[in-house]
Amino acid sequence: MAVAAAVRAADSDPEPQRPARGGQQGGLGRFIGYRLVAGLGTLVFVLLFNFFLFRMLPGDPAARYRAVKSISPADLAKIRDELTAPLPQQFVAYLKDPLALDGISSWKGQPVWDLVQGRAWPTLVLLGATTIVAVVIGVWIGIKAGWNRGSRFDKVSTAVTLLFYATPEFWLGLLLILLFSTGIGFFPGIFPSGGVIDSGIDPLSFEGITSIADHTVLPAVALAAVYLAEYSLIMRASMVDELGQDYLMTARAKGMMDHMVRRRHAVPNASLPTITLIFLNIGFIIGGAITVETVFSYPGLGLLTFEAVSEQDYVLMQALFLVFTMSVIVFNIIADIVIAVIDPRIRT
Amino acid sequence: MRRASTVTTPKKLSPYAIARMRRKKSLQRFAQAFFGQPAGVIGLVILSVFVLLAVSAPLLFDREMLDITETLGNESLEPPNGDFWLGTDENGRSILAVLVWGARASLVVGLAASLISMVLGTLIGIGSGHYTGLAGSALQRLTDWFLVIPFIPLVVVLAAVLGQRGLGTIVLVLGVTSWPGTARLVRAQTLSVEGRPYLERAKVLGDSDWQQMTKHVLPNVMPLVIANTTLTVAIVILSETTLAFLGLGDPFLDSWGTMLDKATGAGAASTGAWWYLLPPGICVILVVLAFTLIGRTLEVVLNPRLGSE
Amino acid sequence: MSDVAALELRDVHVTYRTREGPVPAVRGVDLSVFAGEVVGVAGESGCGKSTIVSTILRLFPASATVTGEVLLGGENVLTMRWGRMRAVRWGVASVVFQGALHSLNPIQRIGTQLVEPIFLHDKLATDNSAATKVRTLLEQVGLPARHADAYPHQLSGGQKQRVMIALALACDPQVLICDEPTTALDVMVQAQILELLIGIARERSMAMLLISHDLSVLGTSCDRVAVMYAGRIIEHGPARAIFDWPEHPYTRALSSAFPTIGDAASRYAPSGLPGDPPFPGDLPSGCPFHPRCPSALPVCPTVDVKLLPAGPGRTAACVLVDQSVPTR
Repeated sequence: MAVAAAVRAADSDPEPQRPARGGQQGGLGRFIGYRLVAGLGTLVFVLLFNFFLFRMLPGDPAARYRAVKSISPADLAKIRDELTAPLPQQFVAYLKDPLALDGISSWKGQPVWDLVQGRAWPTLVLLGATTIVAVVIGVWIGIKAGWNRGSRFDKVSTAVTLLFYATPEFWLGLLLILLFSTGIGFFPGIFPSGGVIDSGIDPLSFEGITSIADHTVLPAVALAAVYLAEYSLIMRASMVDELGQDYLMTARAKGMMDHMVRRRHAVPNASLPTITLIFLNIGFIIGGAITVETVFSYPGLGLLTFEAVSEQDYVLMQALFLVFTMSVIVFNIIADIVIAVIDPRIRT
Repeated sequence: MRRASTVTTPKKLSPYAIARMRRKKSLQRFAQAFFGQPAGVIGLVILSVFVLLAVSAPLLFDREMLDITETLGNESLEPPNGDFWLGTDENGRSILAVLVWGARASLVVGLAASLISMVLGTLIGIGSGHYTGLAGSALQRLTDWFLVIPFIPLVVVLAAVLGQRGLGTIVLVLGVTSWPGTARLVRAQTLSVEGRPYLERAKVLGDSDWQQMTKHVLPNVMPLVIANTTLTVAIVILSETTLAFLGLGDPFLDSWGTMLDKATGAGAASTGAWWYLLPPGICVILVVLAFTLIGRTLEVVLNPRLGSE
Repeated sequence: MSDVAALELRDVHVTYRTREGPVPAVRGVDLSVFAGEVVGVAGESGCGKSTIVSTILRLFPASATVTGEVLLGGENVLTMRWGRMRAVRWGVASVVFQGALHSLNPIQRIGTQLVEPIFLHDKLATDNSAATKVRTLLEQVGLPARHADAYPHQLSGGQKQRVMIALALACDPQVLICDEPTTALDVMVQAQILELLIGIARERSMAMLLISHDLSVLGTSCDRVAVMYAGRIIEHGPARAIFDWPEHPYTRALSSAFPTIGDAASRYAPSGLPGDPPFPGDLPSGCPFHPRCPSALPVCPTVDVKLLPAGPGRTAACVLVDQSVPTR
């Protein structure tokens, strides 16, 4: 009797939204589309910013090319014309080729894109290894510390991570070189401290891969240690925020074991702000690559940036800056999409 | 057993006196809460040590000890010994002396740049939160766009492009790039404060935009801004160290980052000159740690929701 | 009705360890609920009624010390091994939490959350059998089956509360504890939810404990009502009797605080209680209610009153009820 009445009542309940299956997928598609458009807007801003940034330079832009022997006077004249043309004209030329793919580096005399291409893969290797290690270990520590807040593990890990968080990654690199490359006291100097691969070896061979790994260990550790600490602190904070939530009480009351409550309910919810923050901080890890590659003479984009700065090669700097910024934009878009997939509240 | 308090007729206090008493009480409560957190106390202690060192640098080590023309007679890159407790650098200068003077440089740059960032971030944050419509969303867009640009590459490029290597350049570059984080936080706070009823009343009673923002929003926003700025100092000091290491710092400044740059240039890592490499790095870690601990403690103390750690 | 209570609390004390010292949230509560009965617990916030809920399935935090006995079908929950505890949770007794807030995982579908306890407690359950059970559960609380695919934020407050009820019934428990099931709901929805709950409890002969600060809600739907104040039960008896002829001054104030529909006079003169309920860590001496009691006597601050007989099947913790205590 009561149930029948309840059914009548429920059907007349005002529903805020009809949960239709198609609506969910449509919502995700629409969200991705919107996000890409927003990303385009950011890209426009960045292109503008990049353009004006490098037009604030003092001095005769063409003068820097004089040092390069391999450019003919005719090419030099062409470059000077390009660089001294009125700003709107320069801007149009810039838009046609924002990455300055044809731009000539004032330091090496080569096309900028050749330089960038050649140095890209070591940085990918380094950042790939670093990110995987930092995210996996950092998030694991953060989950354990946050879930068991106040425990000895929490206190010790928080202290240690705070210490590493405060460490400049390039200094850690220097320290690692001191200990494990040069060797001091009873520390073995077994790792190389320069380059990414011993010369003459094919990078794709087994020998090549071990050599690359050998050269990448120390720089990766230097970077990973610092960013692992940051990710761990972020994840811990997110877990602690979730601890007081009511739905965890419901899950426990159902008779679920503690670690399952953590795994099935707390962690997925806590990952949402964590993912956002980790991707937001990708910019910092790219910055870290610049200094660490410099310390280890690791021939990637980071070292290239340092060299461009030292040699005042503004064309190269412009291209690199754009590459870095676009990577961050792309990663932010990916992050937003990943979160939209996990969190249904955003899609509808 | 509760006893009824002896009733005395209270003195008539002026509203200013009452406000002052209340402020003193809340300051006392804040101090109690802050010092109850061991992390905050540790941070404060470490910071005080370094501030003391920085302030008393001239008393401990003569400025001339940093002048490389004066130190030509000394052995270069000597390990620590009786005369030079931390050894000497490649120019024969006492590393300990440079280290203590370096505290000044790093702290001054950190605080100055963070101040700029705090002012910029607060202005833009309150503006974007308060003004609805075109102005507000323009400011918000600006903040979001700046947040996308990767920090170190931006800082490096700006420093490289501005040419003039100097203390002012560094402070300017770091100050102008660190505000988005603060602005975002301030905007969120402003929106939350402006949603409260008493601000509606203030508007109805005729408070101008400026009055609303300064009299009502600003005092509510300040505590979190201070906590956030403390954390910004930590990041700024790390960034200045990075910039100096990459050769973009002020070559005459002798900050800890410059020390590391010179150390690398002198091949300290490959020749095992640990006395040159370790001390500046350790100092940076300690100072950054101190500001981070203080900042985190302030956040916990000022935001009751984050409490109960 | 069997002679073993489905749920029984014997001399339960709950004390929280805090930085400012021990805080006694529950100070000696005896209560029993038999199968087929609906027992209500009334009181303001801070009186300890929600703490009682947390003891029944041992969901209290590590900072709480619980003494006494909490018996479900004769088994003491407080001394159970954890394996048995997890089986008892939801299988023997379940809780209907306030659904309108965040008692549901916001990023999981309703169906997934309903199926979870089924798989936890029934090793033989299959995807199909569980899905069928979920459909049945939703039907029983008056929700269309398609809501199993919805997310919590897509449902209204009333719908979420129904989901919480369906969830609580998932493993066919014998004891149902409802913690403020109608708070934060619109008045019309409140009535529907209450009707649903009571109907289900009666149909299945469950023992139901209904917790609310709203005495009028309890007066109409419960068999018996216990009124709590400052961690103790200060009045206990048949629901109707408590509501119509309250013996304890606090109950009197509580019931008259809610205007009676149809009685115009009560709407214009609601009588409230001065002051606030006492903080559990700082209780007044003697009878904890005496600072706010309109009928307080000089003897009240000196004597801590236990429950005394106050009529057929009724008890009240007030000196005014006891003829043997001198009231001068």
